[in-house]
Amino acid sequence: MALAQETKPKEVPEKKEKKRIAATGADAAAYAVRDVDVDVVAVYPITPQAPIAENIAQMIADGEIDAELIHVESEHSAMSAVVAAAATGARAFTATSSQGLELMHEVLYIASGLRQPVVMALATRALSAPINIWNDYADAMGMRDTGWIMIFSENVQEVYDNLIQAFRIAEHPDVLLPVVVTLDGYILSHTTEPLEPMSREEALSFAPKRPRGYRPVLDPDEPVTIGVLGAPNWYQEVKVQQALAMRESRRVIEETGKEFGRIFGREYGFIEPYMMDDAEVAIVTLGATSSLVKAAVNRLREQGVKAGMVKIRVFRPFPAEELAKALENVNAVGVLDRAVSFGGAVEGPLFMEVATSLALRGIVKPMVSFIHGLGGRDIFVKDVMEMYQKLLEAAKTGKSVTRTLFYGVKSRRGHVV
Amino acid sequence: MSSKEKLLGKKYPEALEDLPVAAIVPWPGSTLDVTTHAWRTFRPVINQDKCVRCRLCWVYCPDGAILEVDEEYTTSTGKKYKVTFKVDYDHCKGCGICANECPVKAIEMVPEMK
Ligand code: SF4
Ligand code: SF4
Repeated sequence: MALAQETKPKEVPEKKEKKRIAATGADAAAYAVRDVDVDVVAVYPITPQAPIAENIAQMIADGEIDAELIHVESEHSAMSAVVAAAATGARAFTATSSQGLELMHEVLYIASGLRQPVVMALATRALSAPINIWNDYADAMGMRDTGWIMIFSENVQEVYDNLIQAFRIAEHPDVLLPVVVTLDGYILSHTTEPLEPMSREEALSFAPKRPRGYRPVLDPDEPVTIGVLGAPNWYQEVKVQQALAMRESRRVIEETGKEFGRIFGREYGFIEPYMMDDAEVAIVTLGATSSLVKAAVNRLREQGVKAGMVKIRVFRPFPAEELAKALENVNAVGVLDRAVSFGGAVEGPLFMEVATSLALRGIVKPMVSFIHGLGGRDIFVKDVMEMYQKLLEAAKTGKSVTRTLFYGVKSRRGHVV
Repeated sequence: MSSKEKLLGKKYPEALEDLPVAAIVPWPGSTLDVTTHAWRTFRPVINQDKCVRCRLCWVYCPDGAILEVDEEYTTSTGKKYKVTFKVDYDHCKGCGICANECPVKAIEMVPEMK
């Protein structure tokens, strides 16, 4: 197995020291699934998610996880199988990427509409055409309205921590919604970083399996019908009920993140502000890209520029309130998207969420929408520093840029179009 | 109240708050409570004198709306039957399949009068 070995030397005295290993994001996802003792996994391998599927298959074959692995012939079937497994009360997991997620799309709505607490890892990847296997958030953005809770990870540790939390959130009786945890394709899925996993006992005590029967499940002794027809006389109420559950999930996500911090020392919120206390300009980001933006902020701080950054960790439900509070004192806000909403009011999907969050709270600031890094295009710290320059200009003139700026483009008009 | 009981709502919800989670129906056989006659424009009427008790209408009815009842019947010509075929008008949708299949044309489709 390609999983990393423990690096701690044997002769270290029993100091209750935390175990630290080297792991890729795909390893971390598989470890998390193992540590919460998942019951059913249905996966169809797709790049760059494949190592997650491989690792879990290996662990099941080796008897490390006592789970049922369903070999399916497509992602549509993978999602269908885990929805059905969850409907019997099992703890169910799948993982996918890009086109695979697109093939699941129909069933994504069914998972959330039937309120089945499925957990999925999404190795984010660009969508065809042209065929591209590298990272951006086009696939994730395509599922934003499917009723899934969406948590983005910045590094390998977060992939692990977010997945452990995902099971607890999804299965909470006040939530009962599917949760997806992202890991940037290759950047996290295939890159080795330090990881502090917890013991299986710790993982299971944090995200315990609830006793069977705490929620309605398929049971021959107590029959229920799951998946009824919802005619116009009730469909709307069922959908509103689902929207209210998504709102309600905010409380559970928050409690879970805090509790995680209390026990394991790494606290998670809806957002992560970076150098925001005195920031004059700020960029909002998602996922692993945030680390790069932090590097740019550090560089700018050395030059005396009061730059800050806000990372969105929970994308659905969207943390509008927290974000507005974090951004209320800056002079200009930029949003860095790695996906395109073709023909949108602006083309950055994250930008639209940020702008709405601010506008509805009467916070009007110069804003700029940036798109960079599509299909694995490298983003450089200098590019992000340039974006901050653009924000400083906007802060000075007090004017937003009304169209999205594409950075890092090979064009005769220059690299910004 | 257990969390499951809370999630299962009320049998006949009147508002959003009463709805079982994801509209899950925990009451087996609930379709028996549903009448499906509202869309009927013609109703089948069985002529008991003509009917030869062949059971074909019972076999063909897609809604199980033909009932075989233990009720003796003597025809005008003195023939005795142990059973009688009747229509369950709460579930008959008026499709007319029974009338079409009856080999002796004992079933007539009569317009529903409102
Ligand atoms: S009309 Fe149709 S539904 Fe009604 S009894 Fe005949 S076959 Fe059944
Ligand atoms: S098909 Fe006609 S003859 Fe046969 S049982 Fe029904 S009504 Fe009677």
